[in-house]
Amino acid sequence: MVSSKEETDRMPAKRQWNAAHAAEIIAAESGREGPLLPILHALQDAFGYVDRAAEPMIADALNLSRAEVHGVVTFYHDFRREPPGDHVLRLCRAEACQAAGGDRLVDQAERTLGTPIGTTAPGGRVTLEAVYCLGLCALAPSAMLDGRPVARLDAGRLDALIAETHG
Amino acid sequence: MTHRLYVPRDAGALAVGADEVAAALVSAATARGLDVEIVRNGSRGLYWLEPLVEAETERGRVGFGPASAADAGAILDAITGEGTHPLALGVVDEIPWLARQTRLTFARCGVVDPRSFGDYGRHGGWKGLERALALGPVATVEEVVQSGLRGRGGAGFPTGIKWKTVAGAPGSRKYIVCNADEGDSGTFADRMLMEGDPFSLVEGMAIAGIAVGATRGYVYIRSEYPHAVAAMADAIGAARRGGMLGDSVMGSGHAFDMEVRVGAGAYVCGEETSLLESLEGKRGVVRAKPPLPAFKGLFGRPTVVNNVISLATVPAILARGADFYRDFGMGRSRGTMPIQLAGNVKHGGLYETAFGITLGALVDDIGGGTMTGRPVRAVQVGGPLGAYFPRALFDTPFDYEAFAGADGLIGHGGIVVFDDSVDMAKQARFAMEFCAIESCGKCTPCRIGSVRGVETIDRIVRGERPGENLAVLEDLCHTMKLGSLCALGGFTPYPVLSALRHFPEDFGPAPALDAAE
Repeated sequence: MVSSKEETDRMPAKRQWNAAHAAEIIAAESGREGPLLPILHALQDAFGYVDRAAEPMIADALNLSRAEVHGVVTFYHDFRREPPGDHVLRLCRAEACQAAGGDRLVDQAERTLGTPIGTTAPGGRVTLEAVYCLGLCALAPSAMLDGRPVARLDAGRLDALIAETHG
Repeated sequence: MTHRLYVPRDAGALAVGADEVAAALVSAATARGLDVEIVRNGSRGLYWLEPLVEAETERGRVGFGPASAADAGAILDAITGEGTHPLALGVVDEIPWLARQTRLTFARCGVVDPRSFGDYGRHGGWKGLERALALGPVATVEEVVQSGLRGRGGAGFPTGIKWKTVAGAPGSRKYIVCNADEGDSGTFADRMLMEGDPFSLVEGMAIAGIAVGATRGYVYIRSEYPHAVAAMADAIGAARRGGMLGDSVMGSGHAFDMEVRVGAGAYVCGEETSLLESLEGKRGVVRAKPPLPAFKGLFGRPTVVNNVISLATVPAILARGADFYRDFGMGRSRGTMPIQLAGNVKHGGLYETAFGITLGALVDDIGGGTMTGRPVRAVQVGGPLGAYFPRALFDTPFDYEAFAGADGLIGHGGIVVFDDSVDMAKQARFAMEFCAIESCGKCTPCRIGSVRGVETIDRIVRGERPGENLAVLEDLCHTMKLGSLCALGGFTPYPVLSALRHFPEDFGPAPALDAAE
């Protein structure tokens, strides 16, 4: 398996790109109907992002052009082109959270982390991402930290969340 | 004796600490030498009470909420002793907010253990599938036609007619695709159902498969819903082991199997043709229609594309009969609608009721007004592509046609409440901005129109020739409405124009006067 300079149980997995492991993943998913999205998800689950080097490998396995694969990877907001920070904090920016003061929380997170939404904070600890609805709209405003949903956010709870990423 | 407690595993409940509450209940029980069994149910949909702890008693299930880990010991004492607890809610089924609902689609949600195949059967599950197998495909489709069920995803197309088309379409391989790409802000019914009663969706899809002659199904769930993905995958596996999916569904000889596919953060994939493209492994770009997916859908095969709620309602229709379902509702909107109250609302949650209830009753009486306690100024109904309604239109009944008549749409049934601090010009701008972010790029009115829309609203708000720019904005909206291939570009004008029409004072100094000239 892949060696990692920082083997922790923290999510999301942050393992270095490894072509042999990527090839295994691609082979494992290729037999499905419409296999491209499952492959891309599996790669991102393993490495935290979809490395450019994966594109020709996938194209080869699925008998597609590299352009077609590249087009799909870049169409979807989910697929990252660079490794994320150790933690990923996604803040909901959709209407229900706007109605409950979500915009102020985005400002607060950007200020506290010193990085605009959509980027990784200096030092690589936290990637701050926008998300358009987590389906927690009756408990707005909401967020997701490393896959864990958090709702009824306010300034204090957001501070506590951000503090977790520096623990 | 063993005390059976319920602590939801619904993502909404987890987001406010349900896991911590469950853990605290276990340790408090151990400390007291009590034997407890904790069932991780779905949510009842009364989100302001989450985490809602329930305990089985002779009177029925009694509730405590919103509970925190610190309350665990005292809640246990109240359950076992004579004492009361400040968070006690009495018998949950008798809470007026729940008792006043008509729960047909969500009858089991929050009640059963969503991970238990057996529990589903004990609560009336698989009866619809059983009846569909007894009726045969033609009569099953007819039953759905007769029920009056219309697509709950937003378009409101009659489900039975769609099934009839696919059933009659020539093809050796057909598909059932469930659209669980619930991207509209303010909606969470699909998520709640998949997490709280996933077997009902499995059963609905199996019925659809048998009715139209499809052997394979896909549930396309958005990636923002990891808990729903896990719940559905688990239920599909259990249903397969239980003989409800596979080569011979319930021993009938009909083959049907299904799997979960995960989206990748593209709002436009909630549109059925771009969803099909995405399932095929392509960019989620909208297809021109015709051909309809019913004739040429997934991989070019005849395909039923239905929303989660439409499919999950089918078992109840089959089990209880088309007439039973059709008797609820008004006009051409038959049955019940799971309405979702969200945003700045005091009592947010899922309220399933027959069509016909007024918007005002939903927002003021059931929703209880705003969470902030300030006056309600606007509500957006039907997601990011839905219109903003002012209080003056609160007498509009919740019905597909009535909302269309008020230049709005009910969409997937989400209502987002805003108080008087909202800036409607900002909301109109966001509608255009969101369209620009999410446009698939296939058609010009959506791709370019949304960007021009943001720029034009900015100019209006800055006071640059507001009259002329308002005319440009209206013209732009007109072009998007009529010239876009799908609802993303076609419906973005709804929130923009409704904000402009009902809240002109937010668009800078006296632009409305210019516009009226």
